[in-house]
This record gives sequence, structure tokens and C-alpha cells, in this order.
Amino acid sequence: MGVTTYAEGAAGGAPVPGSEALGTAAAGTEPLLKLRGIDKHFGAVQALYQVDLDLPAGQVTGLCGDNGAGKSVLTKCIAGIHQPDHGEMFWDGRPIHIRTPKDAASLGIETVYQDLALADNLDIVQNMFLGRERAHRFLLDEDSMERAAAETLASLHVTTVRSIRQPVATLSGGQRQAVAVAKAVMWNSKLVLLDEPTAALGVAQTKMVLDLVRRLRDHGLAVMVISHNLNDVFEVADRIAILHLGRMVAQDRLAVFDRQSVVDFMTTGGSSREVLASASGPRRD
Amino acid sequence: MAGVEDEQGSKPAPDDIVAEAEAAPDLTAAAVEVIPPEIVAQSLGQYLKAWSVRVRGGDAGILPVVGALLAVTIVFQIMSPKGVFLSPGNLVNLFIQSCVFIVLAMAESFALLLGEIDLSIGYVAAIGGIVAALFVQSPGPSFGLSIGPFNGQVWPFNGQVWPWWAAIIAALLVCAAIGALHGFIITRLRVPAFIVTLAGYLAWFGVMILILGPSGGVNISSALLNDQHILFQLVWGNIDPVIGWIALAVMVGLLGGWMWFGDAGRRRSGLVAPPPGLTAAKIAFVAAAGIAVVAICNVNRGLQLPVEGVPWAVPIVLFVLAVWTVLLERTEFGRHMYAVGGNAEAARRAGINVSGIRTMAFVLCSFTAGIAGLLYSSQQGGMNTNINGGQLVLYAVAAAVIGGTSLFGGRGRAIHGVLGGLTIGAIYNGLYLLGFEVQWQLIATGLVLLAAVTIDALSRRGAGSVSAAHA
Repeated sequence: MGVTTYAEGAAGGAPVPGSEALGTAAAGTEPLLKLRGIDKHFGAVQALYQVDLDLPAGQVTGLCGDNGAGKSVLTKCIAGIHQPDHGEMFWDGRPIHIRTPKDAASLGIETVYQDLALADNLDIVQNMFLGRERAHRFLLDEDSMERAAAETLASLHVTTVRSIRQPVATLSGGQRQAVAVAKAVMWNSKLVLLDEPTAALGVAQTKMVLDLVRRLRDHGLAVMVISHNLNDVFEVADRIAILHLGRMVAQDRLAVFDRQSVVDFMTTGGSSREVLASASGPRRD
Repeated sequence: MAGVEDEQGSKPAPDDIVAEAEAAPDLTAAAVEVIPPEIVAQSLGQYLKAWSVRVRGGDAGILPVVGALLAVTIVFQIMSPKGVFLSPGNLVNLFIQSCVFIVLAMAESFALLLGEIDLSIGYVAAIGGIVAALFVQSPGPSFGLSIGPFNGQVWPFNGQVWPWWAAIIAALLVCAAIGALHGFIITRLRVPAFIVTLAGYLAWFGVMILILGPSGGVNISSALLNDQHILFQLVWGNIDPVIGWIALAVMVGLLGGWMWFGDAGRRRSGLVAPPPGLTAAKIAFVAAAGIAVVAICNVNRGLQLPVEGVPWAVPIVLFVLAVWTVLLERTEFGRHMYAVGGNAEAARRAGINVSGIRTMAFVLCSFTAGIAGLLYSSQQGGMNTNINGGQLVLYAVAAAVIGGTSLFGGRGRAIHGVLGGLTIGAIYNGLYLLGFEVQWQLIATGLVLLAAVTIDALSRRGAGSVSAAHA
């Protein structure tokens, strides 16, 4: 099984086949979420071009790419914030359409955004249940929400917060990220997308968040980490997918990449590194 | 505080990792310092200590407005002739003067919570008062309506006077519809709320003059005529002293039991709850305040005929306060209001219908303004074109902000409107007793507003929006 690169095909501007080859990427099993030929443009800007992506369960996929490569757009297409212009999505092999964030949530897709998407003026419990409050008739059921939030935080070993009733404004960056992740996994989610989870975090806090990511994987979730911090990606990822100018230029197991080859793919869309050749070499269509 | 500002103000770039790591312990310490005290305290003593830490940390909650109210009270009590400021008659009078400010401030809170403002509520309140007053008028020459379908006949009770409750419902529905119109234009056509409600300010003023017609006013009298006297009694009617005591006992019993058993249950389940001493202190405070209010109101304050009892305005204001407090702090809708006010993008991504929440906020704002309009027309014995809706809306904003509601959204409670409205009412009443003219009242209110907004801005810069919905 080789690294699948599209540098040649993309450079030629031709549509990229290869779904079959990608389908085997996740150790022979059907990936939880499979994207095929996703196009997305904003006005004259083609943000995504014929993107294929596999997100298998129980694995962390690192999505890399330089600024403007289309990482966030791809994430938002999966999260239901944007709708792709063309292309197909398969959930456990079934074709699906994700039109709204609610559609994504009902499938079990949760996103932790770069800007965290927490309301500073609300406390941890209120944020974790935001938009999905539990209520008895008209009144909120604070007790059961607080218990459930505490259980989720404990299961993720998030123990550094003094009280889950403290407003999010009083938390440190790492704690806020932990709350955002806990919020995402509270809903029996199956796929968690993390957009730059360690940006603006210190060393200790980064470690805490990366531990959290590993714990999600150990719980059997599919995880996608969007990052241009290669240290983080190499630390937690099982697979790497690399976008360059809206095109998926490489996607495979972590072992077939090294840092230099990832940087090459991110910056030029291709790599001539030996490590690739030894794996199997770029596929040419 | 420097640590907190660091945390709030500067997000270190990824390559700044080492510096950030060194700063981390400091950040945690600073973060701990501003946690609302009721959350971590286990005893009354700890609570008081944590509370004082928070106040010194810049997040004072309702402390400034309570302090201001006390200061105003002490100053006016000392300066007013023969200490008349705290006489039972004047205190009741003060509340009756304040109740319009109080309810308007609660109305404005709905807009302020979203970081918006509604400039139209002064005249929307006027429209509400007029509609209710018109529908209980006897058809006849004095009838003020001069336009189209209303001319002399009021549908659907043709030729009949409306019962008081129907008139009130109609008034509040008209106000809610006005709010819905504002909300629709603001959220669907994406016109800034400031502009839409400024237009509303002008337009509803005009509509008001149009409805009032050449007579320029509509009266409601205390005479037992039709149902007019009930609208008049909204402010001026009094509850029989004995019934007042019974009602107080029932209310304190219910509220106290609910607070005590609610907190006790949460403590048993190991959830975050205030210490028993604090719960008891809160209940004792509510009981004491209630006893004081009923005792003061039950003193005979009549000059010739005996006048005693709690004015209807008190339970009306308390009812509005209770309903809006429950709505904002105990329901999903209220939670979403705070979320939209705190971070609209987060709310949207959480699947909250942000446009719907914003529209509803303006509906509730105008609806509550309608209640204030009913109180105003009762207070004035009717409504005429002299009503200064512009000044009223500014007082409403001032009262809400003085009470502790943030102009920047996401922070505020219904009780803030009550405390702020009382403060403004007290300043007015006190300066009037001292013989100061209106210019001094305006200057004093302006200075208090400026102080309140400054406190708001400083506490926001210092501690972030720490007093969240539940605090």
C-alpha cells in the first residue's frame, strides 16, 4: 500500500480518480467518513479541488497544509457549515449529505474550532450543554447537566479546573481547549474534528491537549487534527493528509512520512524524498 | 490583575511557547482569583472572604448599585427637611415614581443582554398605555380616536367598552407586535438595531400623536366607571393590610422553601451549591426586606382619609421581576440569550437560532415596555402628548447599567433593572424634596450613569465577564 499523491494529476488539471486505492488506506476496513471529489469555491476562488479524504475510526488523522491550503474550508464542509459544490461523502459506507451543523451533529460529528466557540460569560457546564440543554418541561435541569459534565470531564482526566461552575472567561488557554474538546465528545460523537487545537498554548498545556486527543482515539473515536505544527502532528497522528492550494497532495500512514517530506508536500505539493520512494513511490495516473 | 490582563489580552503566537510556559503558573493563579466565590466556598466565612477577593478583583456584581442606593438614601435622609425622605409616605411615593423606570429598565435589559440597544421603548410604552386607555373609554364625544377603522367604534366589542383585562392584553400584544417588527427588520434586513429603534423612536412618537388626535390626550379616571378604575389602580390601588401580610408570608414561605430544599438537594448530590449558612442568610434577607416593605406600606400615609396597604405596583413589579428572572436564568431560551450576548458565533455553531433569539429579545423588550406604559398611564391618570419617551428610554438604559447590566452584552439580570430604577427614582425624589429643579436632577442622573458605565467598562477590562448568568 503506497502513499497516494496527486501532484501529477492535479498539476495537469485533470480529475483525480483513485477512490478504490484510497478505500484500502485504513488497513482494509471501511473508513468511518469517506470524502470523494469534494469541490468548493467562493466566488472566483477555488478553495477545494477534487479532494478525497478518509477518516477511519480509532485513528488520529493529521490534516496538514500551509496557510490558505483549504484546511479550514474542508473542516467546515464536514461540519456542515459550508456545503461542497460537488463531491460525495460516505458515512460507514452510506452516502450522506451534511447540510447544516445539526446534520453533522446528528451523525456524531463534532468540531472544536480554532477560536474555541465557547461563550466567555457562561460557565463550563453551560458551555458544554450549549444548544442541547436538558430541561424538565420549561425549566433547565441544571443538576443532571452538571453531573453529566463532571463525568465527561473526569473520563477525559480533565482535573485541573477548580470548579465546573466557573465561567469560561476565568480558564487558562489549555483548560478552555479541554472544555471545548469535552463539549465535543459529550454527545456520543464518533468523529471529532480539532482545528488548530494547540495554537496559542504553552508546552504543558499542549501536552495536556495532545494527551486528550490520544484518549479520544483510545475511546475508539475517529479524530482529525488540523494543524500546521508538525511537532504536534507527528506526536499524535496515526495518518497524515496534506493539502496544498486546495488539492489533497498526499494521504497515508504516519510511518511513510518524515518531517521533510511533509514540509515538501505542504510547500510545493510534491516530494522527491527517498522515504517516499522506499514506501512505494508516488502513484502516477 | 496584571496576570489576568495577560491572559485576556495577549494570545501568544505558537513560536512564543517558552515564554508562555513560564507565564502559565501565573495565569492559573490569576484565573483562580476571579472565580465567583459561591462556587468554591464551603462555609459562610470562606464565602465572604472569596467574595471580598472578587470585589477587589474588579467584579463587584450588584455591590456598586446597592452602595449607591444606600449612599443616596443616607444623604437625602440627612438633608431632607425633617427627615421626610425615609417617611413611609415618601417611600411609597418613591416606589410609585420609580416603577416605570424599573420596568422599562427590565425591558431594555433584553436588548442590552445581546449587546444591542432599543431606543424606541419610551414611545412604545406610550403606545401601550394609550391602547389600554382607549379601549376602556366610553364611546362618545370625548373619544380620542380619530383614524379610520377606530372612528367612534372599537372592534370587536362594538359600541361596548372593553373589559380591563382585554384592554391590557390588547396593549401588550400591540407592543409585542411592534417589537416583532423591529426584530424582523434588525435580523432579516440586517439593519443595525440602533438605527431601527431610532427610527422607531420617531415613528412611534408620530403614531402616538396621530392616535391621540386633536384632543392630545386620553384620560383614565379613578371613578368607578367602566373598567377604567382598574387601570388607574395599577399604581394607585392598595392591597388590604391584612391580605398584604398573608401574601408576604405565603411568598416568603414558598420562595424560602424552594431555595432551601433546592440548595440542600444539590449539596447532597455533591453538586456546586452555596453553604447552608449563605442559603439561610439569603432567605432571612428576603423575609426581612418583605416585612419591611409591607410594614412601611401598611402605615397610614393619608393626609385626610386613611391610605394604607401595599400599592398594586409592588406585586406587579415583583411579578415581572420573577417571570423574567426565571425566563432568563432557568430556561433554555434564557440560556441562549446569554450565549448569543456572550459569543454569537459560538451560539450559532452550537445550533442556536441566533436570529430567532435576537428577534424574541426585541419582542420581549417592547412587550415589557408595554407593561411600563400601563404603569405610566396609571401613574399620570392617562396619557398625553407630553410624555417624554426620549428621556424615558435614556433613564431605562441608565437604570439597567447602574444596576449592573453590561452595555456590551452577555451580562445582566432582571434584578439589576429593579435596583437601578430604584436608584434613579431615589435621586429624583430626593432632589425634589430638597427643592432642586429639574436641571439638577438631570445632571445628577447623568453623573450616576457615567459612573455606572465607567465601572462596567473597568470591570470588563479587569476581570472579563465573570458574573455569568447564574452568578
